[in-house]
Amino acid sequence: MTDLSLHRGISLHRIGAMILRYWYLLLSSWPRLLELLYWPALQVITWGFLQLYIAENASFFARAGGTLIGAVILWDILFRGQLGFSISFLEEMWARNLGNLMMSPLKPIEFLLSLMVMSLIRLAIGVIPMTLLALFLFHFNVYALGLPLIAFFCNLIFTSWSVGIFVSGLVLRNGLGAESIVWTLMFAILPLACVYYPVSVLPVWLQYVAWALPPTYAFEGMRALLIEHTFRTDLMLQALAINALLLAASFWAFLALLRSAREHGSLLSGGE
Amino acid sequence: MTENDKASSRPTVADRSPSAAIAVDHLVKVYKQTRAVDDISFTLPRGSITGLLGGNGAGKTTTIAMIMGLVLPTSGRVQVLGHRMPEESAAVLGRMNFESPYVDMPMRLTVRQNLTVFGKLYAVKNLSDRIAKLAADLDLTDFIDRANGKLSAGQKTRVALAKALINQPELLLLDEPTASLDPDTADWVRAHLERYRRDNDATILLASHNMLEVERLCDRVIIMKRGRIEDDDAPEAIMARYNRTTLEEVFLDVARGRANGTKEAAR
Repeated sequence: MTDLSLHRGISLHRIGAMILRYWYLLLSSWPRLLELLYWPALQVITWGFLQLYIAENASFFARAGGTLIGAVILWDILFRGQLGFSISFLEEMWARNLGNLMMSPLKPIEFLLSLMVMSLIRLAIGVIPMTLLALFLFHFNVYALGLPLIAFFCNLIFTSWSVGIFVSGLVLRNGLGAESIVWTLMFAILPLACVYYPVSVLPVWLQYVAWALPPTYAFEGMRALLIEHTFRTDLMLQALAINALLLAASFWAFLALLRSAREHGSLLSGGE
Repeated sequence: MTENDKASSRPTVADRSPSAAIAVDHLVKVYKQTRAVDDISFTLPRGSITGLLGGNGAGKTTTIAMIMGLVLPTSGRVQVLGHRMPEESAAVLGRMNFESPYVDMPMRLTVRQNLTVFGKLYAVKNLSDRIAKLAADLDLTDFIDRANGKLSAGQKTRVALAKALINQPELLLLDEPTASLDPDTADWVRAHLERYRRDNDATILLASHNMLEVERLCDRVIIMKRGRIEDDDAPEAIMARYNRTTLEEVFLDVARGRANGTKEAAR
């Protein structure tokens, strides 16, 4: 993985080999599979009951049924998408296998693409049962959002990959001492992306920051759909444009951090 | 003029030896204040086995890491199988491989799963046949479907060697290949490496603290100390030069700074 080019000779065969490696790992460990299901299920149950309680006591929430539980599901796509990406990367650090991969013909872009596919697989294992729970327990059918759900999903998963790529680069450069960033960075986005409340709640100056984050557009779009029954295409296109910039920047940052790791010899240690 | 400029302005070992397996030319690696590797040059012909000797901190691992492209040199050049590293690494990484105590195979995957994944990464043809052959050659058959984390140290070393040989590499870089092995298994691994080199005309660069291993396997020895090459010759020639009968005695002379005196006395 010493070739830093992004595009030359991408091999689906090598990407497939990496996906196979993570698939073997998932199947070899029931706690890993259980963990994928456990937190999303807990989230949806807690927030679902909260939504029921509020809806019974506030006429606005009665009208805007599903905004909270919908927000929880979309937030989990964002958060679990990034975790799914980053944990697969961390597995290599924990296993001290990164050197083997770096010395193999695997290219950085192929490695990142395999991590993206794994984030989708892990997300599917965790979030699909979560949406079914929301349907059966709280009669909230996220799939009834229809095509807009695909737009929300794409924008959220693109942001989750950008964050995942960037934090993986940080861990690559700084070793496992930087591991906590993997678990915490996304929470810095939570209040600014206006997951549970509209952007208008924020002070004006902070609204500019919020609108710089693609997830804000997805959550605003979801509320517009559930409350006003309007799909805001403009919001989705703006989010897509920012996501394209973020993804490009995260690829660039990953390659720069990989190069820095090779200059400083961090790939030999990989530890703290 | 930077060190890179200086290095590129003179005729280089790499330029002179396009067919060499490895050509290292005025290689320097500086970490902050420490010169881990200090202006070393050597060329390894194809089909040779060379031992890289030196105490802890001598620069062996950094040298091997620069050859592999895992560490970028501060200055100087590395050419592997006729290609510059790391710029042209895509052309050579599939033709080389390595084993090192600094890396592990994934613990939860079985031996067969690990070899399958790496075989696919290296685009090995007829992979299941290749795995079956390696399992037979390296005596892995009894535990091939056991998780790597449940193997003994000796078994893990054999699996790591199988991974290093999965793509039948032209160039094999080994860092302490028999560390933590009992004498019988270590001897068996050495015999396998000798056979592999002979049958495949492969080039092997081996960093080791085991002097008997180096004496037995290597047709050339490079001794490093504080990042520099202290000596570079056939084992017998080095022992004769230091007036010693074993490489271990030579190693102690070099490590304890008795090298020059001993060489003078031998003359």
